[in-house]
Amino acid sequence: MQINFKHIQSAHCENGVTTNLLYHAGVTQLTEPLAFGIGAGIFYIHIPFMKVNGGPAISFRTMPGYIFSRTCKALGVEVVRKKFSSKEKAQQFLDACLANNQPAGCQVGVYYLTYFPEEFRFHFNAHNLVVYGKEGDRYLISDPVMETVTHLSAADLERVRFAKGALAPEGQIYYPKQVKQVTNEQIRNAIIKGIKHAAWFMTETPVPILGVAGIRFTAGRIRTWRESLGVRRAGLYLAQLVRMGEEIGTGGAGFRFVYAAFLQQAHKYIPNDNLPAIADRFTEIGDLWRASSVQASAVYKGRLTEQKDFDTMSDMLLHIADKEKEAFKALLKIKWK
Amino acid sequence: MKKTDIPQDPSPLDKFTREVCYAVNENGEYETGLSRGWQVKADALGITLNDVQQRVEDARKKIAAGEVSVLLFFIEANMMDVPMVAAYTGFWQWTVKRHLKPQVFKNLSDKKLQKYAEVFKVSVNELRNFE
Repeated sequence: MQINFKHIQSAHCENGVTTNLLYHAGVTQLTEPLAFGIGAGIFYIHIPFMKVNGGPAISFRTMPGYIFSRTCKALGVEVVRKKFSSKEKAQQFLDACLANNQPAGCQVGVYYLTYFPEEFRFHFNAHNLVVYGKEGDRYLISDPVMETVTHLSAADLERVRFAKGALAPEGQIYYPKQVKQVTNEQIRNAIIKGIKHAAWFMTETPVPILGVAGIRFTAGRIRTWRESLGVRRAGLYLAQLVRMGEEIGTGGAGFRFVYAAFLQQAHKYIPNDNLPAIADRFTEIGDLWRASSVQASAVYKGRLTEQKDFDTMSDMLLHIADKEKEAFKALLKIKWK
Repeated sequence: MKKTDIPQDPSPLDKFTREVCYAVNENGEYETGLSRGWQVKADALGITLNDVQQRVEDARKKIAAGEVSVLLFFIEANMMDVPMVAAYTGFWQWTVKRHLKPQVFKNLSDKKLQKYAEVFKVSVNELRNFE
């Protein structure tokens, strides 16, 4: 049993699942950058007092599931989303979906994902993929970060759907409820909504660990890492920051390039002359993030070990924070007609 | 980033897939391109994995010295921590911590060891006769 499902590779897993599932449901205009922008996926948070894999808890993307939910809501598509406590029921539900010709998005943990090579298996539970068919005991998988489709045995799929730890997926499954065409007018309004949401979140939330303020917070912490952790652990912390922004599934530079691409595509729906210029700003910001990663790598490779090198890294992030603030403020100022 | 600047460094990604990158073409428009990897992030991954190895070696030393039970080796080798092991096995966290004591661990029943064996994908025998 196999559904005719179009696998398009994407930079980020949830964008890809959202785009591919909605394409299947009839929303053919959607692209990865549009899904990311409409879903207001751009984000920054640095949670203090919490460790992820022994390093700082930093994220460049919004909570898992939000991009899909927001995009569908903004486009007026109803969503089915279910969690399970019973593994048997989770599988029965999935099988019923496939029998109904419905490809299903699943949240999974990466650690036991058999088609990932060992180097990439971490306890990261917010990965997303689409199950689009079943052959015997084998589920057909469209994992958006992969170039081609793949498959998992029923036991392996169950294991990743019920991974444990932070953000445990609990067998979560989701898909658009009905087939539906969306007008360009709806896309237009959804884009405006997405931009407003992201720009507000990044600049105006009064919490010092969120958005632009969160980047400043990280910059402040970096200054203290060498003293409080020692050069080796401080290097590991910086490596974690780089991995959160650059590792497979981010499109590079903490999603900033994807966001710039979104603003360019938005311009096709909304002929506002500010958009391409702001898109260019985000390209610059993405390049700054990459430059900061190069600086960080010199530290964790042991080429730079002095306090002034950590200060440089910190200053780079402060500069990025300023630039992002300007760019998002410029987005907030746009008058939508 | 310009499309011509998309890094193509050999990296562990080669065992797996190329990844999609967004970059601008000569007209400043965004396009996607595929990347083999980037040295900067391959290094970040490398030192993170080295650190995991280091923790496993430290665990071995502690086990040899009789300070902790072999459970610590498997926790570190699987990049887990006590709360995560508790979530996978269904034991309470304080129970897992108690099992980290060598004298407690060696008296565990097969039934309890089986739960650990399933999570770490090893046999009960391997847990009982470590090395």
